[in-house]
Amino acid sequence: MSAHARRTGIVSAAVHHPAFMAGIVLSSIFVVAALLSFVWTPQDPLRLDIPGKLRTPSLAHWFGTDHFGRDMFSMIMVGARVSMAVAFVAVGIGMLAGVPLGLYAASRRGSLVDEFIMRGNDLIFAFPSLLLAIMITAVFGPGAVNAIIAIGIFNIPVFARLSRGAALSLWTRDYVLAARVAGKGRLRISAEHILPNIVNLLIVQGTIQFSLAILAEAALAYVGLGAQPPLPSWGRMLADAQTLISLAPHMALFPGLAIVVTVLGLNLLGDGLRDLHDPRSRRTRP
Amino acid sequence: MTAYLLGRFVSLALSLVAASLVIFLVLEIVPGDPASFMMGINADPQAIAALRSQLGLDEPIHLRYLGWVAGLLHGDFGMSYTYRVPVADLIAERVVISLPLTLYALALSTIIAFPAGIIAAARRNSATDVAVMGATQIGVAIPNFWFAMLLVLVFSINLRIFSAGGFPGWEAGFLPAMKALTLPAVALALPQASILARVMRSSLLDTLHEDFMRSARAKGLTRSQALWRHALRNALIPVLTIVGLQFSFLLAGGIIIENVFYLPGLGRLVFQGITQRDLIVVRSVVIVLVFAVIAVTFLVDVAYAIADPRLRRHGR
Repeated sequence: MSAHARRTGIVSAAVHHPAFMAGIVLSSIFVVAALLSFVWTPQDPLRLDIPGKLRTPSLAHWFGTDHFGRDMFSMIMVGARVSMAVAFVAVGIGMLAGVPLGLYAASRRGSLVDEFIMRGNDLIFAFPSLLLAIMITAVFGPGAVNAIIAIGIFNIPVFARLSRGAALSLWTRDYVLAARVAGKGRLRISAEHILPNIVNLLIVQGTIQFSLAILAEAALAYVGLGAQPPLPSWGRMLADAQTLISLAPHMALFPGLAIVVTVLGLNLLGDGLRDLHDPRSRRTRP
Repeated sequence: MTAYLLGRFVSLALSLVAASLVIFLVLEIVPGDPASFMMGINADPQAIAALRSQLGLDEPIHLRYLGWVAGLLHGDFGMSYTYRVPVADLIAERVVISLPLTLYALALSTIIAFPAGIIAAARRNSATDVAVMGATQIGVAIPNFWFAMLLVLVFSINLRIFSAGGFPGWEAGFLPAMKALTLPAVALALPQASILARVMRSSLLDTLHEDFMRSARAKGLTRSQALWRHALRNALIPVLTIVGLQFSFLLAGGIIIENVFYLPGLGRLVFQGITQRDLIVVRSVVIVLVFAVIAVTFLVDVAYAIADPRLRRHGR
């Protein structure tokens, strides 16, 4: 099969995969809202309007206003930007640190270094992730940057373990053996032959971790350990909404829905990518 | 078997030592001195120094670590800086809320997930399967603290069936106490139940393709007889791993949910400890939670070894 034919095959499979398409659409809403918020929001998300507080949704305020009269729709758009930035950098940290560790461990299978890396990973896994994040933000103070570090650290073992496992099976392949016979070193083989073959896997996992990072960021912000005011964030908006929930349920409804739609979209996208990447599951899926 | 268990036990002990070191060191670099925090900003430097020495804060770091661990082994967690009572008492007071909450949520998660996953797998690709899988996709995407708020809105504010928060204490009776824990447990359980149902379904589907299932059908069992008698038992192994993992998620997730419902459990204790710089409380609660997680992982490993002899032979 030519590369072109294979590509058209994947595109047509993608178009006929409803969950994947739904994932693309939902995730796009999130990305577009985040990017658009840099140049345009319906209202200034930071402008206080106390007389106009707690308004229910209307034409002027699509998602209503909060307890300071700020426009909820604009705040959610800017909140998308915060969520995206935190999740993107946190998953980036996990990949940049975890993948080299995993590849290195696989190239020295059974060595002390391998053992050390994997036991270190086990240790991070043994910590409930949320507890670790709370401890880190407790030490370094609340804020978006520390939330990124906290979530990023927990992403490292995920990628290390994934890339080690995938790399181990690749190390037994003939083309890797050929490269070894040709005199290439372990690091070069890892970079040139192993890494390109696990990129798809990393993208799939990256999508899933991205959605988990968004949930984690929201949870941290909700307990006051995420992005600090006046920067709007979804978790913080929910925390503000909690005491007013009987008075202004819309304040709790929209930020929560924003999280659900985004996470759902990313999960569907991740599942879809996995199906498309693995033709076996493509055939067996309805 | 003994060698396997011994190996797991050594690994359990090493994890605990490493975890206690990490927790100790991380909290060691927290800015802010507990003694000056306790005495307030106008305190006399001499009084602060006296308090530091009384709290043992002026000893070298390795002695403080060893002292802390030695205390832990005797169940002595030290004195809380702010409450001025033994931390062990504080934890004992709170754990009777956090632990039942976690177990309640775990039970709910299992009760919801098992039938959902089994039905979805048994009627694969049917409308039921699609509905169950769709529901679990949404369940996984819902932040539990938001779900908790929605539950409060519906069941406390509108229907007035449950209270919106607080805990009457076990002395108020078993049923009132469980009632207060119901909404928090449901909020905690839903996302975990979604994950568990998906694992149950896929694990069952994997088992349905096994040779022994074909044999079971060939000897005349109906599809559902074969599923109940043979597939389910084999499918349970990966499912139990997830149940074990969920214990730690639920325990940690409880930290957030306790704050939504103002439940005086370990989670609220940690947050109070953080804001009041009561490091000894934070440190102790975290080590207790991590110990619980590591111990449960160990128990799951042991359960495996009993259930599946292959694991014993190869080790892991």
